[in-house]
Amino acid sequence: MSVAEQIKQIIENDDIVLFMKGTPDFPQCGFSGRVAQILNECNAKFVGVNVLEDPEIRQGIKDFSKWPTIPQLYVKGEFIGGCDIVNEMFENGELKDVLNG
Amino acid sequence: MVTPQEIKTWIETGLPNSSATVDGDGQHFEALVTCPDFEGKREIQRHRMVYEALGSKMDSTIHALSIKTQTR
Repeated sequence: MSVAEQIKQIIENDDIVLFMKGTPDFPQCGFSGRVAQILNECNAKFVGVNVLEDPEIRQGIKDFSKWPTIPQLYVKGEFIGGCDIVNEMFENGELKDVLNG
Repeated sequence: MVTPQEIKTWIETGLPNSSATVDGDGQHFEALVTCPDFEGKREIQRHRMVYEALGSKMDSTIHALSIKTQTR
């Protein structure tokens, strides 16, 4: 299975997937930690994919999303954004709708 | 080590009609990008425009970049 196919499967298996550095309980980067924290505050049930454990996924997700940075949030297979965007959506109330929608 | 000034230049060169204010410590940067072409575009679309302007610089040169956008 190619990396792209792997990623496709990951984002289709679960509604809310966060590609991050580290794990939701032990984030290894401030931006990744922030998004995990926001999802927890929204009581969202999500899967964390630790890109530090897999260099192929780490590069693969950047190619897949055509987005150069980590963290990356996917909801129902759709790319939502990185830390800046998720933070802004959280603050203006939009995120809760996206997570529940 | 890359400087805020370099990032500002790269953004403004790669994204026509834009102006950027960039701060940073050499590792983590913050950019406020103003461009009328952002009008009507969702935040994620605007961020993509900035990333596209920076192109391959995002591969390794710039470690972290926080982006805020406005139309004027």
